[in-house]
Amino acid sequence: MSASEPMADLPLPHSPAPEAPPPQSGPNQPTSNQSARYTVLDRKPFRLVDLLLAWETILVLLLVAVIGINTWISPYFLDVFNLSDATSNFSEKAIVALAMALLILVGEIDLSVAAIIALSSLIMGLASVAGVGTFGLIVIGLSVGAFAGAFNGYLVTAIGLPSIVVTIGTMSLFRGIAQVVLGDQAITKYPEGLQTLGQTTLLAVPPLPNSFYIFVVLAVVAGLVLHRTTAGRRLYAIGNNPVAARFSGIRVERIRFTLFVLSGLASGLAAVLLTGRIGSTRPNIALGWELEVVTMVVLGGVSISGGSGTIPGVVLAVFVLGLTTFGMSLVNVPGIVINVLLGLLLISAIAVPLVVRGILRGLGR
Amino acid sequence: MSITPDVQPGGGEYADPILRLSGVSKRFPGVRALEGMRLDLYAGHTTALVGENGAGKSTLVKILTGIYTPDTGTLVVAGKECEIHSPRDAWADGITAIHQEPVMFDDLSVAENIFMGHMPVTRRGLIDWTTLVGRTNELLHRIEADFSAKTPLKRLGVAQKHMVEIARALSHDARIVIMDEPTAALSAREIDDLFRIIADLKSQGRAILFISHKFDEIFRVADRWTCLRDGHHVGEGLISETTEDDLVKLMVGRSIDQVFPKRHVVIGEPVLQVEGLSNATEYADISFTLHRGEILGFYGLVGAGRSEAMQGLMGISPPTQGTIRINAKRAAIFAPADAIDAGIAYVPEDRQIQGAVTPLGIRENMSLASLGKIAGKGGFVDTHKELARTRDLGAKLAVKAAHWDQKLMELSGGNQQKVVIAKWLATKPQILILDEPTKGIDIGSKAAVHAIMADLAAEGLGIILISSELPEVMGMSDRVVVMAEGRIARVFDRAGATPEKIVSIATGGSA
Repeated sequence: MSASEPMADLPLPHSPAPEAPPPQSGPNQPTSNQSARYTVLDRKPFRLVDLLLAWETILVLLLVAVIGINTWISPYFLDVFNLSDATSNFSEKAIVALAMALLILVGEIDLSVAAIIALSSLIMGLASVAGVGTFGLIVIGLSVGAFAGAFNGYLVTAIGLPSIVVTIGTMSLFRGIAQVVLGDQAITKYPEGLQTLGQTTLLAVPPLPNSFYIFVVLAVVAGLVLHRTTAGRRLYAIGNNPVAARFSGIRVERIRFTLFVLSGLASGLAAVLLTGRIGSTRPNIALGWELEVVTMVVLGGVSISGGSGTIPGVVLAVFVLGLTTFGMSLVNVPGIVINVLLGLLLISAIAVPLVVRGILRGLGR
Repeated sequence: MSITPDVQPGGGEYADPILRLSGVSKRFPGVRALEGMRLDLYAGHTTALVGENGAGKSTLVKILTGIYTPDTGTLVVAGKECEIHSPRDAWADGITAIHQEPVMFDDLSVAENIFMGHMPVTRRGLIDWTTLVGRTNELLHRIEADFSAKTPLKRLGVAQKHMVEIARALSHDARIVIMDEPTAALSAREIDDLFRIIADLKSQGRAILFISHKFDEIFRVADRWTCLRDGHHVGEGLISETTEDDLVKLMVGRSIDQVFPKRHVVIGEPVLQVEGLSNATEYADISFTLHRGEILGFYGLVGAGRSEAMQGLMGISPPTQGTIRINAKRAAIFAPADAIDAGIAYVPEDRQIQGAVTPLGIRENMSLASLGKIAGKGGFVDTHKELARTRDLGAKLAVKAAHWDQKLMELSGGNQQKVVIAKWLATKPQILILDEPTKGIDIGSKAAVHAIMADLAAEGLGIILISSELPEVMGMSDRVVVMAEGRIARVFDRAGATPEKIVSIATGGSA
């Protein structure tokens, strides 16, 4: 230790504005106990503005507004059975959105999810016609999804193709297989058990569909993994800087591959639930879902370029989008008009906070 | 008055310079790249620009070609004062540059590459292909190129791409041609071709600024020299009146005025033994031993293969040959994760891209390479343990920040570097490789990094220090390994190393 004067009477040069880089010590006399002069706080000091401007706060406000408006314009909205019906309309997509959120977080995307649902449903249908039972069909549905996801993952990580190109390709490929095999036919022969899974409820009160409970459980698991475990840390690191992540010993390609398999598996699960719910497989099953799923993720605050976003945000966005659609259909707004309104909602939900933040930052100067 | 043909007639031996740069200064945050620099170039002559890595040669070239605008200084070309704010201005004043690694358009033809930015056009504003191809073939004929105007660039080799760059220089009818390490990627025969072209350009009365680290080339091709050191002009003269030794002395001739906190440490057992490490192109037959408590310096020119060899050792791009022993046990390293498990840590040179995840906080960055050590049951992060460790390492490295969750992008370069080093210390390595650890950071942080290196060596770590800064490498190392062209050229011990010898070996000499 070099001779150091007692530092107690020195003012703490700790900067109150976290934006500015901390000041360098003036005329330089570097000693190894410089740190004694600095107090580094354990965490960021709480500021109400940060909480109010958090994306999740905005989504909560949006959700409250959606519920309020829906209740006001339709007396049927708050009916328990109607709400149960509403959740069954978005739960399968929401399950896929959880896996999609992780993929987009690491800077990848899977646009083939809806096509994987079609492919899984097709193979389940063929197996069902051949006499396979409910349990066998579930296993088949999940496996086909996982294999399709592994195929995407292989092309992206082992061959190094961009995921948007790969999954646009497999979107046509998987859907095309279903269309070629089915033609204009539909498979409608499914065992009772599968339909029970898709159409009934685990708990009598509240009478929500099984798919919704599965979504809730998976959302909790995804939230814990992303926000509380070392695996979650790795995903954020990859999403923000894959090179530095690799240099830090993170097996980037292996994790990316796993996430594609996960995305396929979630799609397979959605296929099982959806096939059971509607009791049939048609070539256009789940058509266009990939964009609805991506919309959920992006509205949920996951950056499309990777690196930021939360599971609670995605869950909130699922409800905002699901209940908006349902509320409008209750008052007989046509589907095509709903699409226009959802597009406007997505754009304004993303643009407005950016503009507000810009104004606030301007005022703060 | 007998004059050799390539010397311009006029009073004395030289006419007025065609280009005169004077009083040029350029600062970047924390760095004075050039200070009161001057440079004269003469028509029909080749001037060699010599200086160490980081002496300011590249900055000078970028000022002449309009990529940087100097803070102060004047530029006079052919008696007329000019201001260069963009590459276009540089062309207009007759200045063009051939770069070390040509930046060109692979999918376009040779002709389009040569005339990019100044294509001949028809009256309707479309590209005049007849003129374009005609003029290109004329240029190619002049430099005796063996390919035609319509060849796609991607089919050419490196040397041929250099020919395209030269043709591009000629297409501007440039009076001043800058060649920045033009021979770096060329074979001996191709270098001969290049020198023939240089002679040709000289005979046409063009002025050439030739930048190279290789003295044999400088003495072959240049008429004059100008030497740079730490951004200052430290001398100029005729090549015929100087020697290699004189130039080397001028290049490095500063007193080592920094005080390095290197301590005497008892050197222990070998901790890392590398034998015959090679990959396909960048380095070959790298063998050395690192001991506990030892700081082993690696010096060499940019491109000598130092970083590549260390990244091979780290498993980032696994080597094709060679064995690595750690504590006398053979280590199998195929990925950075294997290297970390084996006890190796690597602080990379490019902090922004390879070292730090700048949008994340200090705490998250420090944990990144050692997540297993803070994982509790089920892979959940033990936040108490993590915070305690962050505080310890933060204090050890004197990281200055408002709070431990502050994003790295909000910190100064020096503090970012401290966080990156802390990230690697958290892995509890036995071998720490530091690749240009003090590049671009302020003096205070630099001293802190040197102090921590000395402390770690005293604790028994084996440390490898890659540095292009001669005083640093000599001041901190127990031994200095000098690499040249992908191989270990010489190993000096602390007593036997002099700046002149090290630079001479690094530039391919045999002193």
